[in-house]
Formats: sequence, C-alpha cells, structure tokens
Amino acid sequence: MGKRVGMEVSIAAAEAVKQCHVDVISAYPITPQTHIVEHLSEIVADGELDAEFFCVESEHSALSVCVGSEAVGARSFTCTSSQGLALMSEITYIASGMRLPIVMAIANRTLSSPLSIWNDHSDVMSIRDCGWIQFFTENGQEVYDHIFIAYRVAEDKEVLLPVLINLDGFTLSHVIEPIELIEQEKIDRFLPPYQPLYRLHPDRPITMGAFALPAIFAETKKAQEVALISSISKILQAWKEFGEMTGRYYQPIETYQAEDAETLMVAMGSIAETASTAVDQMREQGRKVGLIKIRLWRPFPFDAFKKAVLNSKNLVVIDRAVSVGGPGGPVASEVKSAIYGCEKRPSVYNFVAGLSGRDVTPSDFIKMVEKAEIEIEEGNQEGYEIYGVRE
Amino acid sequence: MTKPENEWTWKEIPVGNVVLEPGNTSQYRTGDWKALRPVLNKERCVHCGLCYIFCPDMSYQLDEEGYFIVDLFYCKGCGICAKECPTGAITMVMEE
Amino acid sequence: MIENLNVFAVRTLTQKEYFAPGHRACQGCAEALAVRLVAKALGRNVIVANATGCMEVTTTPLPYTAWRVPWIHVAFENTAAVASGIKSGLNVLMRKKRIPYKKITTVAMAGDGGTADIGLQALSGAFERGDDFIYICTDNEAYMNTGIQRSSSTPFGAFTTTSPVGKVQMGQLTWKKNMPAIAVAHNIPYVATACPSYPIDLVQKVKKAAEIHGPAYIHILSVCPTGWRSAPELSIKLGRLAVETGVFPLYEVERGRYRLNIDFPKLKPVKEYFKFQGRFRHLTEEMIKEIEKRVHEEYEKLKEKALKGA
Repeated sequence: MGKRVGMEVSIAAAEAVKQCHVDVISAYPITPQTHIVEHLSEIVADGELDAEFFCVESEHSALSVCVGSEAVGARSFTCTSSQGLALMSEITYIASGMRLPIVMAIANRTLSSPLSIWNDHSDVMSIRDCGWIQFFTENGQEVYDHIFIAYRVAEDKEVLLPVLINLDGFTLSHVIEPIELIEQEKIDRFLPPYQPLYRLHPDRPITMGAFALPAIFAETKKAQEVALISSISKILQAWKEFGEMTGRYYQPIETYQAEDAETLMVAMGSIAETASTAVDQMREQGRKVGLIKIRLWRPFPFDAFKKAVLNSKNLVVIDRAVSVGGPGGPVASEVKSAIYGCEKRPSVYNFVAGLSGRDVTPSDFIKMVEKAEIEIEEGNQEGYEIYGVRE
Repeated sequence: MTKPENEWTWKEIPVGNVVLEPGNTSQYRTGDWKALRPVLNKERCVHCGLCYIFCPDMSYQLDEEGYFIVDLFYCKGCGICAKECPTGAITMVMEE
Repeated sequence: MIENLNVFAVRTLTQKEYFAPGHRACQGCAEALAVRLVAKALGRNVIVANATGCMEVTTTPLPYTAWRVPWIHVAFENTAAVASGIKSGLNVLMRKKRIPYKKITTVAMAGDGGTADIGLQALSGAFERGDDFIYICTDNEAYMNTGIQRSSSTPFGAFTTTSPVGKVQMGQLTWKKNMPAIAVAHNIPYVATACPSYPIDLVQKVKKAAEIHGPAYIHILSVCPTGWRSAPELSIKLGRLAVETGVFPLYEVERGRYRLNIDFPKLKPVKEYFKFQGRFRHLTEEMIKEIEKRVHEEYEKLKEKALKGA
C-alpha cells in the first residue's frame, strides 16, 4: 500500500507526471490549469524530474512542441483548459492523425463568450471528433491514477494514439483530497520506457505529415478510426493490470445502485459524486434510482453502456455543456444514438446543469429526476432543458 | 516501386501515414512536363557546373568525361541552365 | 564578377542530393533550388520541420516524399514550435542516454506567410527561448501555394490576387515587412539573407548557421516564375538583379554586428529588376521612383549599420 497524502488534485496530477519520467513538458498557463504547470516547473527546477520544461508563447505552440518531441520519441505532456484547448484544437486533430501518443490533462472550463473561468465540459465537447482517447475522472485519485494509465495505453504499439484526461476545473483541480500514492517501482513495472514505432532520426529518414490526395485520404481515416475503436481492448487490459497493482479497478461505464433501477441518471466527471449522494437519498425514500458514470468517452463504450442501461425505464442525462441549437446536450445526443438500434430502450430526458461551475446539489438532482419521471409519464419523449435558469 | 496512391488499401498504409521510402518521388517522371529540352554543345562547355548547381530538379549528372549531362526523365524544360551557361553551350529546343 | 566566383567554386560542393528529383514544383522554381542547396549544405544529420506551403505540398504527396532526410510537417503556423519540440526531445533523449549522442541539426523551413504572418508568434517564442535550431524562411513574396495571395512580405506595388491591379488601387499598398530586422531585434546569434542565385554564399551561410549555438535565422529570396509572372529561365537572373538593385541586399548579422556580403559601387536601377516581372507591369514612373528612393534609403541605412559594426 502506498502512502496516503492529502494534496491538491492539481499537485497530484503533477506528481503523477513526475513519476512517469516524462521527457518534455510544454506549458502555457490558463486558469484553472495553472497549478499543474506551476508545480511541474517546481519539480523540474528542484531536479526531481529530468525533463525539458518549456514555457511556450501560446497553447497552440504548447501542443505543437509536444508533437515535435513525440515525433523524435520523447514522452511528452501538456495541459490546458477552455480557450487554450480551443486554440490548440487544430493540432489535436493532427496529433491523432499522426498517431503520436501525447498525454494531455484538461482542467475543464467553459468556453467564452461570456468569459468565465469556472467549470463545465464545453471545452472538451468542442473536440469530440479529434480522434483522441478521452477519459473523464471523478475524484483526485482517479486523476492521479489515469496519468499512468494514459501513458500506458497511448504508447502501446497497437494503439499509438494521444490520450486526454478530463478533470473538472476548480471543483476537482483545486480541491484537496486524499491521494494514495503508488510506489515508484510499481509504476516502473506498469509503465515501461517509451519505444516509438517510428521516430525522426537521420539513421532512418522518414517523412511524417505528408499530404493526402482524395484518392487515399479515406483509407487513412479508416485506419485511424479502426485504431481508436480497437484501442478499447488495450484500455481494458491496462485497467485490469492497474487494478491488480493497486486494488482500484476501473471500467468504461461504472454503475451505482443501477441493477434494479427504474430511473438511471447519466453523468460524467466530478458531478457524478454528488449525484451518487442524491441516489442514496432517493433510495432512502424507496425510489428505484441509480447512476451511470461514463468514464471512457472516446472510444465510446457502446456495449458496456447498453448493457448497463437497457433494463431501465428512464434515463436522466445530465450534461455539462450545451450543443446550441442541436438536439440537446452532447452526452444526451450520444446516449440516444447509442441505444437507437435497440428494440426495447429507455426514454431519455436531458438536463444541462452546472454550466460555468454553478453549484449542483443533491437536492437539484432529486428535483431533476422527479421532473424527468413526470414528464416522461406524460408522454414527453423529447425532454431537454437547461436546469435552474431563472425565468 | 511505390504503388500510386489510388491503389493502397487502408491496412497497407503505415501507422501515422508516414512515408518510409526516402526520396521515392524519384520514381515520378516530371520530364513529361517539358515543352523545351536543353541540348549541350560539348565544344563550348568549360565544365563549370553552373547548369548542375542551378537546376531546381537535380537533373544534371557528372559523366566520366567531366561533362554535366541532363537527365530528361526529370528535366521540366525551365531553361535556367541554358540562360545561366556562361559560354552559351546549352540551347533550348522544342520537344517533338 | 560574382558569377565568375561561382563558376569554379561549384565543384567544391558535395555531389550528394538530400532532396530528390520528381518533386512537383513548377518549372524554374527557385524555392525548390533554395531547398536543394540548404539540404546540400546540411547533409544527412538533420531533422526538418516544414510548414504548410509550396515546398510541403510539392515534395510530399502521400505515399511519396522527395526528402532523403527525416522530415515532418504539422501545420502552417507552428513550425518554430515543432522545431523547438524536436530539438528539446533530442536533447533530453541524448542526455538520458536513450539514443546515442550525435550532432543532429534541427531545421525549421517555412515560407514568407508561414514566417512573417501566421508563424510570427511561434517564431518569436522560439527565438526568445533561445532554442538551438536554424529557421529558414523561403520568401517568394506571397502566399503562392494557395494561388498568389498577398502576404506581409509582398513588396510595394506588386500584383497579387488579393492586392490586384484595379481602377482605384494598384497592387500591394504596404511595404515589405523586414523579417531579418525582427529576427535581429530578438538578439539571436545569427541572422542572414541569402539567394539561390548566389549558391556558394547561401551554402556557406547555412553551414555557419548549423554551427551556431542558439537560434539562427536565414531569409532566402525565392523567385517564383508562376507568381511573379516571369519566364522560368530567368529565375536565377532575377535573384541576381534583386541583389544588384539593392532590393534584396545580401548581409549577415552576427551577434548584432552587421556585415554586407556584397556591396556595389552603384546600384542598378530597380527598373532593371521590375521589367522582367509581370507582377510589376502596371507600375507608373512615379511609383518606380518612390520604390527606388525607399530601396536606396534602406540600403544606405544597412551600409551605415555595417560600417558601425566593422
């Protein structure tokens, strides 16, 4: 058993990066990611980590530096939020197309405008299709654990895809939680040094990033998609081995009191912890409510998700971002698509809650579930609203 | 020989779409582009090498006799060599 | 005079080509020639980061590549950042002994758009960080790859598709951005201008840049017959005229000290340079006079700086 320390989650993330013997870190500050890069710069300045720590002049360059260093075979890390993610979004597509195993932590923060530094998922929802493996974490321990898992999965020769880890800005990044640290020898066994499949080196000159004519482009995209979808087996394997090492087993879809539930809430990120308190309260009232937590967002775990929800009557999806003018929040749209082909499927009611960090309490969840159940009873199959907007 | 792009299946493309054969554009006949072709008058050549160094398509090679000979497989017929030759040893003639 | 120097010195260059024929550049493309010469100067132990642009598109149509050295293209505006990443990746891998120590030069190559416009931020950041790499800007004075649109490197009066010659406005209305001066302002150890019409000079400058510790910037004038509306065979002559008229002087700045590489007792009139280019066909006598005045002023300023340095 490793040491259990109370530390800010951002610091824990930085400590995990240190334990991964990362080679290159590129940093551009943006609230609420700043504590991660600040602590990393302290770690490097103190000589605790032998890495090149780069202060770049924009997030776009931050990810570009990682692309360059991964291309020569150096393990690289960066982190960002919100506007920074939007600025580097062009490069996220490029990094996954070029199959470079960069790991990025995103302290989720809402996108402007209006400018806001507080937490929701609109930033990462804007790069849904970028081709990265995407995890959502619920608490500090998960953030710490997933840095190791991310590198392990990303650098697997049969995966070779960049990975991003979402942690809610402020509500997770800036809170102090108990983190069980993992001994370095165990990490070194779990995560071997990076052996790139292809690297830029004069001994074997290769060209990376050639342009593709229409005649060949579709084939490249198919190859990339197959890589992302088949990475799920490597993710499951990494989680299994991680569980054997630490006793903490992760799943792509996690359930809480869902086995006999009639109504299931669906949530991602740290808000799921609050939702589980609400589930406890509703269960005490004798209501059959459960919770589905999506941990693996991309590649979307269709099989695991369907298995978890198909026995319920109602799904109450709580989104943390608005897909303005679209068919509801992003998670609800994907949930509906996931179960579309199933003969017997639950009704879906969609709330968008906690935009820009507005507090969502257990009683809010109870109200949402009550409203959803009533609406669905009355035949409303298209339920969508932004919860708690003052009229 | 590298297959042209419209013959590759998705499984054959290397991971990350890297190109593993350095310099394989040398399989491509840019010589088809030309309308004019350079012709060398060996008597006037002073072996200076300007035709060779100024060719954007690396179309000149040194032969055993010391003359720079054009490779018509690549030559695009731009005429730089003829223009820069200090002795006027190269003339551009119309391709048949 | 200078032509004669080239005549005999060409044989001193390596015969190896690190840039393969069969690339899809236009006939008479001096940018392709510039890239060829840079590749000759640097040899095999390089890693090249290239911006989106003419050179990227003409040299790497999947599944082909004209490059016989390691090469990467990422995006348009981040070449300097990618080069920084490459260099630091190599540093750390060699320091941690994961790859054997070897001198590998990192080169960033971009066009004028990818340097002076969209790439300026990344370039400035890389210079400020003092990353050890060579940045080569091949300047064909417009966004040629996308169809000859103006960039901040387009000279005053030039026709481009976004600074066209119309009834009210005639060509580019602003003066060419002085990129070498911006590089010098970052206090980097080596800045130079070069032109493939002076191949030995270009190769020497690139080799010098490779020996520098820290960032080096080389600005290469690349005549573009397609965009400049000139005959392909004149690409070398036009480059020479650009230098001889003072429009593009060849100079170096080592640690802030200027040195003019070729000084002419009397500059040729700029008309000599313009007359072969369709993009300047519309210039009035007045405009030409204005341009010449400015060219001469800038040239004199350069000479002064060079004299101070000496």
